[in-house]
Amino acid sequence: MKMVTAVIKPFKLDDVKEALKEAGVVGITVTEAKGFGRQGGHTETYRGTEYQIEFVPKLKLEVVVDDPEVDKVVDAVVASAVTGKIGDGKVWVTDVDAIVRIRTGEQGPDAV
Amino acid sequence: MENGDLAWVLISAAMVCFMTPGLAFFYGGMDRSRNVLNMLMMNFWCLLIVPVLWVVVGYSLAQSGDGGLIGNFDNLFLNGIGIVDDNGGAIATVAFLGMFAAITPALISGAVADRMRFSAWAIFVPLWVLLVFVPVFKWVYGGWLFDRGSIDFAGGTAIHVNAGIAALAAVLVLGKRKGWPTEGHPPHSMPLVMIGTGILWFGWFGFNAGSALGANGQAAQAFMNTFLAAATGGLAWALVERIRDGKVTNLGAASGIVAGLVAITPAAGFVSGVGPLAIGALAGVACSFAVHVKNKAGYDDALDVVGVHLVGGLVGSLLVGFFANSEFFGADGFGEKALDGIFYGGSVELLVEQVIANAATIVYSGVVTFAIMVALKVTMGVRVSEEIEKTGLDLAEHAETAYHETNA
Repeated sequence: MKMVTAVIKPFKLDDVKEALKEAGVVGITVTEAKGFGRQGGHTETYRGTEYQIEFVPKLKLEVVVDDPEVDKVVDAVVASAVTGKIGDGKVWVTDVDAIVRIRTGEQGPDAV
Repeated sequence: MENGDLAWVLISAAMVCFMTPGLAFFYGGMDRSRNVLNMLMMNFWCLLIVPVLWVVVGYSLAQSGDGGLIGNFDNLFLNGIGIVDDNGGAIATVAFLGMFAAITPALISGAVADRMRFSAWAIFVPLWVLLVFVPVFKWVYGGWLFDRGSIDFAGGTAIHVNAGIAALAAVLVLGKRKGWPTEGHPPHSMPLVMIGTGILWFGWFGFNAGSALGANGQAAQAFMNTFLAAATGGLAWALVERIRDGKVTNLGAASGIVAGLVAITPAAGFVSGVGPLAIGALAGVACSFAVHVKNKAGYDDALDVVGVHLVGGLVGSLLVGFFANSEFFGADGFGEKALDGIFYGGSVELLVEQVIANAATIVYSGVVTFAIMVALKVTMGVRVSEEIEKTGLDLAEHAETAYHETNA
């Protein structure tokens, strides 16, 4: 099993969610996040004084999938989250050693 | 007092009372999210303690008697102020002026934001009202500055210049916030700032038009002037920003509105025609640049009380020396000598008196406020610890937080 983690632009959430549903994903976890990358931040001006806002708001998505599904899910995220402009985000994949569905106690791929 | 006059004064008093919460929101939105409740409480504290102080001794010292420097104790606990002979006019006036006494120290809270111990603020407010606000109020409204011929319709000198210079004196003793000015302190809630601005503007109609102490022509003109000067103040600041910084901002518009309102305060019942338009606009421009002085001069006036209230108050009070027009209003209410401004057939005498009144207020308020703050610093301490400054005054000083991140 793998965990696919993606950091995306917030306004792309609906597109990514629909793409993941089409790819067969049955559940995702979304967290509001802040960070900076090559995009950097932006400046805001209050009473003529500029403030550098370095952390940009993003969303972090987490999806656990069975191994054969990984490429399809990653492709779905990338295809739906891309705008081609700087700051589109990242997708990465990590191994998941164990997983349990709390309600039933099912383990492993059955619990995904 | 006639029924109609009485009704207007009572309504105006309630409107001025509403300005202190408005000011709290205006400042609170500009403050950091971890200190917003402390800011609100510093303002509301003034509404808790000043009315009591005002009725016990403040009003008597500020208004009773013929003294040039200070009143007497004839009206302690409102002794001698009945409701039968004058239909309640005197008691309504005491209440109306008490609202002014409450909001004046509240203005200072914006300067000391983010780092002053609440217990020190709690003591500072009544001391400052008694030792600074009350005498200056007496000088301007019935004391030596009044007798010389200076005029101040609703409190440009007695309130805004007075609180503005006190704010400067207070932050000189209090010191800079950690990280200022390199670390930014952007407003945490601009919507709160705009709500506060709206409440202030609304309340200011009571502040200025109510200061006619009657439902009459002077009140109507003061009302119109309050409407216009706020608009041109906001417009001027917004235009400066558009030209200087590229964008019109909410905070710029709000600050300009308040600057215009501050500047028209001393002039509201004395000017007409182009006067309010010019006074508001000039204040908007002057204050939009004045708020940057602190960065160069090195005093940490957190929310620009000096840049808006001291400078705006001075602009308005000095422009009275040019725009005052007694013919339009009739000389009644134009102070001891009914002097006209330079643009309306007067000599420089009124302008000179305005300069003297503001200079006297600046010297007295600056020195005494500085002394009060030093006394508090030596005896109880005026600053929170570095750790509290970092983690927030809301939790440390009030055991509350404004925003709960998880569901509560």
